Order: sequence, then structure tokens, then C-alpha cells
Amino acid sequence: MSPGDLAPLWLTLRLAALVTAILMLLGTPLAWWLAHTRSRLAPVVEALTALPLVLPPTVLGFYLLLAFNPSAPLGQFWLSVTGNTLTFSFGGLVIASLLYSLPFTVQPLQAAFTTLGRAPMEAAASLSASPLDAFLTVAAPLCLRGYLTAAVLTFAHTLGEFGVVLMVGGNIPGETRVISIAIYEEVETLDYGAAHLLSGILLALSFAILLALYWLNGRHRKRARR
Amino acid sequence: MSDLYLKIDLQHPEFHLEIDRRIPLSGLTAIFGPSGAGKSTLLRIIAGFERGAGHVAFGDETWEDGRRFVPPHRRQIATVFQEPRLFGHLDVEANLAYAARRNGQTVAQPALIDRFDLGPLLRRRTEALSGGEAQRVALARALLTRPRLILMDEPLAALDHARRGEILPHIESLRDEARIPILYVSHSLSEVARLATQVLALDRGRVTGLGPAAEILAEAAVRPGFVGTEPGSLIVARVTGMTEDGLCELGFSGGTILTPEAMGSTGAPVRLFIRARDVMLARTRPEGLSALNILPARVEAVTPLDAAAAEVALDCGGTALRARITRRSVAALDIAPGTECHAILKTVALARD
Repeated sequence: MSPGDLAPLWLTLRLAALVTAILMLLGTPLAWWLAHTRSRLAPVVEALTALPLVLPPTVLGFYLLLAFNPSAPLGQFWLSVTGNTLTFSFGGLVIASLLYSLPFTVQPLQAAFTTLGRAPMEAAASLSASPLDAFLTVAAPLCLRGYLTAAVLTFAHTLGEFGVVLMVGGNIPGETRVISIAIYEEVETLDYGAAHLLSGILLALSFAILLALYWLNGRHRKRARR
Repeated sequence: MSDLYLKIDLQHPEFHLEIDRRIPLSGLTAIFGPSGAGKSTLLRIIAGFERGAGHVAFGDETWEDGRRFVPPHRRQIATVFQEPRLFGHLDVEANLAYAARRNGQTVAQPALIDRFDLGPLLRRRTEALSGGEAQRVALARALLTRPRLILMDEPLAALDHARRGEILPHIESLRDEARIPILYVSHSLSEVARLATQVLALDRGRVTGLGPAAEILAEAAVRPGFVGTEPGSLIVARVTGMTEDGLCELGFSGGTILTPEAMGSTGAPVRLFIRARDVMLARTRPEGLSALNILPARVEAVTPLDAAAAEVALDCGGTALRARITRRSVAALDIAPGTECHAILKTVALARD
């Protein structure tokens, strides 16, 4: 086993962590809006947000590939700002993963905000807290479990991404060769030893993450019952 | 003294809230009416939680009109809700500090903690508090914002009788000592009778009366269709002491009223609501009757209510008292304006709730 064998693992973890962090920030206002709006646009936005759940990753990947092309507006903009193309780059993977994992962030957060209701925010406002202040000091802490669920699901889901990466990222070591791609290639080249190693790690990691989530949820339930 | 100007036009599924009034604020103004009258919605508009209903101004400050909107956190109003709405992720002390820190203080003043008897609760988690304790914390927390106006939305409705008795004196002392005007939403006549200095009567979205509590309550009480309330009269009394056999003695302009229920310490002002159907009349002072309270009164007017019943307006030493009796009794006792008689109050009529 060479040190290069584990490179896809580190790349994948880096990608998942970055995507989770960005989505927590971007998903919060979107989920908040969806939880509180009375706009007629809400179902449209909700459906768009949920699309990655039902769409084959190859379809999402196909459209992203078109958008990332240096002759398309997004691809062109990225190229002029960073000097790199979005296709077959880590940056492109991040953007693709943001879309791909969006529902796993938005849905738990939206559910948490809906359950929270308006009451705590109104109480905070009546104590002179501005909306942002009230969100950070009251709503967010009270929705901590929603955030935990959203973060874990987003992270775990990004870990296992395959189809979209294959479409827009390809298989460039250190850049877009994430763990699922690496395993696929190792199996194709009949390198079962390497495939075992990475698969085992991914299996254990995913299980550990989900176990932690359910254990925390269970503990919370027990405390609530007390 | 500041006043509140409201010009509101809001279509709600249950009512059409239509108000154009200037309300002078002093003491405790009860927003009183049956459920579905629009009381809570009105309070939420004043607090700034509902937007776009019209024009709201406090003193010379416009809080909302067509263009401007002052958000709730800048209005310097405290709101006490029906549920205490304490923050579950903070303990009691941190809940108080939350309000204090945002209003130029670092911690809750010890005087306030003593006043609401919160010392032993400070370290407690909010979910470990009883309903009454939680509402006491909520009151103290609201006061820490140094409000110019306190809004209370049925703060006792979620509490049982005993807990209410625990909170009521705090609201009374707030009304009498704090010099902060209070707007108090309630559909409980006894609560309003006990607490209000002024009443804004609301029915199906419209103001049906605004004025001193005794006046409005007496008016509201005879209006037909006033759901949840009954005709009656308001008596402002003062606790004068306790009898040896454990009765609470209340003095008012018409004499003395005794009640088995303790109403407060000596000197405390008390408002009693006497339902008209709980007042009986006798031409001579009755003997051998178990009723504790028999008051001399003079008949002012007799109004037939329907085929069988009549309402008798009485003057009881300067306090207006209403009695609802049958027309047969009116005839049998020969009751007419000017008749001297005795009003017998059934003890149960003195209950607060």
C-alpha cells in the first residue's frame, strides 16, 4: 500500500467538509424563507430544491457539464476570475456537490424552523433583539438538532457522490479523483486489494457518522421524555 | 401621559378589524371582548408582529403607517404572551440576562429578582418550572427591557386557578407602582374587573366602548349577545381586615362585604364583579338567611328584559348595583324607582373567576 492509495480519501473528506460548511451558510436563509413564506413561489422553489433527490446524477451532471463549459456564461465567468476551467476541477466538483447535496441541508433545516415556529423569535424581538441577533442567539441554538442532522446528512451524502463527479470531474488524481471514483477504477482494473481498503474505510466511516447521528437523536428523545 | 393612536382596517377570516381611536394610556387598559373579537390580533399589530393593518402611533412616534414601519425590537415595548415563551436553551438567569444585556444592563437587578421571588429559580432549566413560576420569570424578563408600554396577551389563561392567584398580585402591583401603561387582553370578566383601570371593549373587530372600567363593564354586561359574560356590576372595594372566624372584610361606599376567600392584605384595593342574577331583593331586612351580605339599597330604575325577567338598577350608597329578578317578583314586592330595599348577594358571586 502506497501513501497515494489514501489520497482519494483525503480529497473526498476535504470536498465533503467544504460543501457541508458552505451549504450550512447558504441553506439557512433558503430553509428559513421556505419555512416562513406565504409566497406562491414557495412550492416552485421547494420542488427545485428537492430535484436532486429524484434526478439521476447523470442528468444533473450532464446539465452541469454544459454550464461549466468555458463557452457557457458560468464557465466563462469562472475561467476569467480564477484562470481555471470548472470542468474537471476541484472547484467544479464543489459547485456540483452544492447542488447535489442541497436537499439534504434544506429539508432538515426547514423542518426544524417550521417546528420552531414564530413564537421564540417574537419573544426575542419583544426583548429588543434584532432579527439577526434573535436568529443567532435563539432560533439557531434551539434548532441545533436540525443543524446536526443537516450537517451529517450533507456530509455523508457528499462522501458517496459518484455519478455527478464522473460527469463533471472525471478522474484526475489529487483534483477530482474522489473515493467512489477511485474504487470504481480499482475494480475495473481488478485491483481488489485497493478497492477493499477504500470501500471498507467508506463503509465504516458512513456507519460511524449515521450511528453518531441516531445516538444523539435517541439521547435527546430520552431527555425530552424525562 | 402618552396615548396610542390606532387607525386599523384588517380583514381577517373571523372578523373585520376596524378601529379609528385615540386611546389615552394610563394604568391598565383591558382589551376586553369575547373570543374571535380580534383582541389578540390588535395586540399583535401594536407590538409590530402583524404588519400592513393601518396606522399605529405611540405618543408623537409613528410606529406604522403606509410607508414607515418600526420593527418590534425598536418599539421598546414588552410583550407577555399567554405561554411564557422562555428560551429553552437558557436557564432562568440567562433568560433574564438576555433581556437585560440588550437594554443597557449587564444582569437583572436584585430588586426585580426579589420582587418576583426568583432567587431560588435562577439556576433552574426553564422546562423544570411550573406554569406559575415560568410566567413570573416571563414578567420579570419583560420588565428588564425597560419598556414604555407593556402588552399582555391573556397571561393567565394557560394557568390553573391557584397559579392565577400567584400571578395576579404581581400584575396588580405592576399596575399600581411601575407607572408603565399596560395593555391587557382578556375575555375573562372577573380578571378585567379586578385589574382594569380602563377598558377597551371589542366585539367582532369593532370598538364597542372605551372608558373607565366600571362604566364600560356595566355597559358591556347588559349588551345582548355579549358572549361569555353576564350582566352584572362592578364594585370597587378595599380590604379592611379579617374577621375572627376567617372571613375577609371588604369595605365600599355601600357598606361591608364579607367573603370566605382572602382577597389580599389590609388596604389592598379589590374589584368585585357581582352578577345580576346573583342579587336577590327583599323589602325588609331578611332574617334567618344564610347569605353573608345584605346591603341596604334604593331602586333607581326597573327595566323589563323579556316576558318573565326584569333588571333592577340599584343605588347602594353611591355604587351602582344590578339585580335580575322575575317580573312577578317586581309586582309582588311592589318595586319601583325610589323603593328602599335590601340587596342580598350570594357569596359565590364574589369569586374572582
